[in-house]
Amino acid sequence: MAALVVLLLALACTGGLYAVFAPASKAQADETAQSLAIDEGKKLFSVGCASCHGTGGQGTSDGPSLVGVGSAAVDFQVGTGRMPAQQPGAQVPKKKVIYTQAEIDQLAAYVSSLGAGPSVPTKAEYGPDGADIAKGGELFRTNCAQCHNFVGKGGALTHGKFAPDLSGVAPKHIYEAMQTGPQNMPSFPDTTMTQQNKKDIIAYLNAVNGDNTESPGGLELGGLGPVSEGLFAWIFGLGALIAVAVWVAARTAKAKKS
Amino acid sequence: MSSQDIPEENLPAEHSAGHNEHGAVTVADDKNPFADPGLPPHEHRVQDIDERAAKRSERVVAMLFTVSMLATVGFIASYVAIPHDKSIFVFPIGHINALNFALGLTLGLALFAIGAGAVHWARTLMSDEEIADERHPIEAPPEVKAKVMADFKQGAKESALGRRKLIRNTMFGALALFPLSGVMLLRDLGPLPGTKLRHTLWSKGKLLVNVNTNEPLRASDVAVGSLTFAKPEGLEETDENFQTEIAKAALMIVRLQPENIKDKQELDWSYQGIVAYSKICTHVGCPISLYEQQTHHVLCPCHQSTFDLSDGARVIFGPAGHALPQLRIGVNDQGYLEALGDFEEPVGPAFWERG
Repeated sequence: MAALVVLLLALACTGGLYAVFAPASKAQADETAQSLAIDEGKKLFSVGCASCHGTGGQGTSDGPSLVGVGSAAVDFQVGTGRMPAQQPGAQVPKKKVIYTQAEIDQLAAYVSSLGAGPSVPTKAEYGPDGADIAKGGELFRTNCAQCHNFVGKGGALTHGKFAPDLSGVAPKHIYEAMQTGPQNMPSFPDTTMTQQNKKDIIAYLNAVNGDNTESPGGLELGGLGPVSEGLFAWIFGLGALIAVAVWVAARTAKAKKS
Repeated sequence: MSSQDIPEENLPAEHSAGHNEHGAVTVADDKNPFADPGLPPHEHRVQDIDERAAKRSERVVAMLFTVSMLATVGFIASYVAIPHDKSIFVFPIGHINALNFALGLTLGLALFAIGAGAVHWARTLMSDEEIADERHPIEAPPEVKAKVMADFKQGAKESALGRRKLIRNTMFGALALFPLSGVMLLRDLGPLPGTKLRHTLWSKGKLLVNVNTNEPLRASDVAVGSLTFAKPEGLEETDENFQTEIAKAALMIVRLQPENIKDKQELDWSYQGIVAYSKICTHVGCPISLYEQQTHHVLCPCHQSTFDLSDGARVIFGPAGHALPQLRIGVNDQGYLEALGDFEEPVGPAFWERG
């Protein structure tokens, strides 16, 4: 009798444990969370985005289709405050972020459910571990510097468009921008610029244009190099000297002022 | 300070008359129609009149020189004391090297204080009495001229140049030939480039190698809206002639939707919307790859020439004279992008013989 009770108990325990740890139920839970996120994202989308991008994200004359742009594009555009756009114009600039990260994730979940696209990178993909800063510099000068300037200080494009300054941009957002090509920036997909390449570029930017980057001489004038610095010295340095000389000579030292 | 500057003797009211150098020196007459007004009456400075003001100026000058001394001591001290890799934050300059900042500040202050002290000294304490100094005649006196001419004749006679014709003629020969070596060096400006400006490394069957990965590009790697740079297969960065060759062969690859390509030849020379264009601006040869993926415009950063990649890279703005040359591409049987020949026209800026 005692043996039977022990057996039953053991069976019940095993069954209970199985029910708790079963992979199927976990997947189900994840799926539920995911579909919940999609539902929440759809609600946010209908309120904040559908007027330009269409009720199903199919795009209208005011905004492009979001089918297949992926969660990385949503995380970049909404996470840097570019979306929702304030007004039409040459370029949508970055501004104060409107949504919380949780809401951005829900929006991203909804948009990525419309069609497969690049997903939000993980910290391992954009983090500094294993990055080669020198190689990143080479890659940056080949692929990015033509618009963003040698150390990522940004530059002008046509008709009021511009390549923004990259100082203070989160590594995740830089990664997403390279992957998705927001607005007029071309994309640099993993097939032509590997994940390691992107990581190197981010490490380079952090080294030359990060929050704690030292500028040994100070006042680097946009990192444009010796030409702009020399011109500044000639115009403003010599100009100041001439102004001082004129001022000294113009002031009379005589006792009787004329 | 001269005795003239003693304040009691030089009060403006007392001295206005009696100094001949002030006031009119000559008057106009028939021979000289212009009167020489001479120097205006001399005006004194506070420091000339008031000894206390002079003392004050003296102290200011001495203080400036002392500041300079202290700054120099500060320069030496910062050189010794501040480690060369220390970084500090200075508003509004940002994170800068502490040693550079300290050295620049002290050195600048030391020099500035010397200059400011000297200027203040000269303006307030040194004599500012106007002095007229007549120019001496430019012509030499007759006896000096006669001496020089005599010396020259003597020298010419002693060199015997007129008598020893062999020396004279060979000297003329040597002097006449010598400049030829300079003329000869102009040959180094050549030789003419020949057909080098018309050909690049691209030829039929050469694979397009991605410069990021150094691997050949597949057509499926290139996404719509992406930008990739390619070099010809076989050209390595370690090659001796890499710079010369990549300067002509550099390629930018973008993919458009085939229905967005307006130019028929561009569509024919593309592969499923993948187009390969020379990266060298046709104006003065700047690398040009400021590609806007929504407008398909490429902007040159040097002089703002703008090319429309969806319409045969025709010039839509700026000083460039030619469309960007397009490279005809296709895929080989393994799916890799390959060139179907060289560029049909010279890449880069125009030149005289280009026609």
